[in-house]
Amino acid sequence: MPDIILRKLVTSVEEIYHEGGPVADTPIKRASILAIIENPFAGRYEEDIQGFMEDLKPLGLDMSKRLVQMLGGADQIQGYGKGAIIGEAGELEHGALWHAPGGYAMRDQLANSNAIVPSTKKVAGVGARLDVPITHVNASYVRSHFDAMEVGINDAPRANEMALVLVMSTGPRVHSRSGGLEASQIKGEDGLR
Amino acid sequence: MSMKIRKIAVNIEETHREIGREISPATRKAVAVAVIENPYAGVYQEDLSELMEMGAELGGLLGDKCVEALGISPSDAESYGKSVMVGENGELEHAAAILHPKLGAPLRKAVEKGAALVASSKKMGSPGQVLDVPLGHKDAAYVRSHFDGIEVRLNDAPRANELMVAVAVTDSGRPLPRVGGLTHEDAKGEDGLR
Repeated sequence: MPDIILRKLVTSVEEIYHEGGPVADTPIKRASILAIIENPFAGRYEEDIQGFMEDLKPLGLDMSKRLVQMLGGADQIQGYGKGAIIGEAGELEHGALWHAPGGYAMRDQLANSNAIVPSTKKVAGVGARLDVPITHVNASYVRSHFDAMEVGINDAPRANEMALVLVMSTGPRVHSRSGGLEASQIKGEDGLR
Repeated sequence: MSMKIRKIAVNIEETHREIGREISPATRKAVAVAVIENPYAGVYQEDLSELMEMGAELGGLLGDKCVEALGISPSDAESYGKSVMVGENGELEHAAAILHPKLGAPLRKAVEKGAALVASSKKMGSPGQVLDVPLGHKDAAYVRSHFDGIEVRLNDAPRANELMVAVAVTDSGRPLPRVGGLTHEDAKGEDGLR
């Protein structure tokens, strides 16, 4: 299988102090990382693509480690999500190759991460934005941590590229007050509650 | 003065390849943006000194954020720029008050030296709109390889009563510069121009 040909890495960290309500003592942080890589399957239909998942593992791990470092350590991470934007010479299925290497790269870094990593993907042009869903790392039903982060970069993905995305957060929505399962109430066994 | 910050975001772009060529070391650009309440939203205010003081505070804060995110020493910064997007209840002059009187000095401290004019842009806009921050060499404005820009946007800012203030810093020029002119190596950096 082909090597990963990386053109660009794009990171973003947001510190959220308030959204019209009380100012948080410690701002909630959200971070994203995009890797802009060549799509080895661009421009043709290729039946056997699964080997590329293995090739993506080191990249996923590197991206995950950077995110953890940007947010102050693994013990700070409470939410995560992932996504892919596939350039127009590729197909949606190519983005699906990111599920396993992207998701497990994050879960490997976090002690209690039983929850499935939420995800989204699309085929789009240069400059496209992607709203990457975020949920609690250990219990998908934690309502306070349902969130999303918009990502994208003006010069990617070109037609033969894909933008692979990981996101993490350090807490709930800043003024979370919509009820439901709270992070303090979870069992953390089945990844759901 | 009480500046109300709602949000700060710091973005980094690293370019490792361009048009099939490896860029080594990768070029790197940072942009830090603060979303603050506009104290003069919806009113005409003659004296804008409060915004000027906010500019001073943000020049240092955002400049430091960029340098820290790049992981460089201040003297290794090579270019910079600044921009403001004003929410619809403000006026362009609010952006000018943030940017021009006092933001530059603390930013120059954050990047050490900074003999050159800080390139700037301003506009009125709404949440999700793009702000293009111009970039120019920090010590010699004529260094051609460092004319560049970086785009920043936040889907939720600026709200009508807010200001979005951006500072950009790089440790490099464009990925494959080859249009000639004054180079980083040949710049004297004394008069801010060459």
